Amino acid sequence: MKKSEIPQDESALKGWTREVCYAKNEKGKYERGLSTGWSVKKAALDGAWDEANRKVEEALELVRSGKASPIYYFMELKLMDPGVLAHYTGFWKWRVKRHFHPLRFKKLSDRVLQKYADVFEMSVEQLKNFK
Amino acid sequence: MQEFKHYQAAHCENGVTVGLLKQAGLEQITEPLAFGIGSGLFYIEIPFLKLQSGPAISFRTFPGNIFKRTCKAFDVKLVTKKYRNEEKAMYELDALLEQGISVGCQVGVFHLSYYPKEYRFHFNAHNLIVFGREGNDYLVSDPIMEETTTLSRQAMRKVRFAKGVLAPKGHIYYPVSIGEVTREKLEAAIRKGIKRNCRDMLRIPGGVAGAKGINYTAKNIRKWKEKLGDRKAALYLGQIVRMQEEIGTGGGGFRYLYGAFLEEAAAITGKDELLIVSEKITRAGDMWRDSAVQMAGIYKGRLSSQADYDHCAAILNEISAVEKDAFMQLDKIKI
Repeated sequence: MKKSEIPQDESALKGWTREVCYAKNEKGKYERGLSTGWSVKKAALDGAWDEANRKVEEALELVRSGKASPIYYFMELKLMDPGVLAHYTGFWKWRVKRHFHPLRFKKLSDRVLQKYADVFEMSVEQLKNFK
Repeated sequence: MQEFKHYQAAHCENGVTVGLLKQAGLEQITEPLAFGIGSGLFYIEIPFLKLQSGPAISFRTFPGNIFKRTCKAFDVKLVTKKYRNEEKAMYELDALLEQGISVGCQVGVFHLSYYPKEYRFHFNAHNLIVFGREGNDYLVSDPIMEETTTLSRQAMRKVRFAKGVLAPKGHIYYPVSIGEVTREKLEAAIRKGIKRNCRDMLRIPGGVAGAKGINYTAKNIRKWKEKLGDRKAALYLGQIVRMQEEIGTGGGGFRYLYGAFLEEAAAITGKDELLIVSEKITRAGDMWRDSAVQMAGIYKGRLSSQADYDHCAAILNEISAVEKDAFMQLDKIKI
């Protein structure tokens, strides 16, 4: 890549920083240059977000139709998976997965719910009453 | 201790390595040198493992290796610590800063408040340097940024104790002393870095790592359309491009960075053959960029036939051959 070819496309870096790229100057020597972004990778990142948002929507549908608990929805919203959520709450992974069940969720004590609420940065009431 | 000088780098671990070692007195160190001496270039697709429900691919060596190896090459004495107790971890960081010591920290980016939301996934192997504190705010040198920034005490605690894969557990590290850096030592460091990188790229058994590993991915790509369907296959390709190009690679999946290293190594050692290899690695970088453009055609929805997937795979096969050839040649150069 030539230094003059370092892409300067608009991306999520805008207003935050430019990133370092290594490219060749006119004499064929490596130099550092700064880039504002590249449309090719921006599209990849956008695709990953579309997928994440799709999963959140899907989770919301499951909660609304009574097939999953709010814990499942907020896990997706916070881009977590059961392993990460288990690590944050300190519960075993199998236990976290059981809490995805709406009926089990209703029986959870406030102490357990508090752990989830802390991780999701909300109150127990908000978690319980999520519709 | 002198005032801390911010050093922007393509990759966070290289940047922290350079920032801390420069402050410790190793003036000659640059990002390409740290990357090469730490044998940073790599390729692997870990079979069966999925990351963010995509293929687990890396273009660089495992997190922590570059820093560890570069420090070892220059006889740097290090202090590294992990914590169970969050209070203690914060207290000790404060105490170090009071003494004027700049500290490298491993953090998770999900709660990194100065990051744009688009980049805040649960990724826990980010590195930054904390070089001071003003009241409730830590002064932070994040190597991927142009300028230094700040992070509140509350946020610092969260990012240092992020959870999930590669959880940092408050991990901090800083150099305490550095041996004398002679020309011989620098040359030896370069030699060792190159040899180790040749081993990683050429001689790891099994077909998933090194130059061979690229062919493994190529083989998988040919099957994705049929096996996963268009939507998921496109996401998988997007994941490859993100691993290859997202913040921190310097472009072309670290290949340009390695080309720059070989150029600097040639200047230091006087071995001009290294420049020929540098050219080849640069070509590999260009080909990686081409493959990204081709893959983008698919995940942007412009292309979707099996022939398009085969085309991506074919470029990867070529890259594998180019990198194999480059490292075979590099392996034969006596430094």
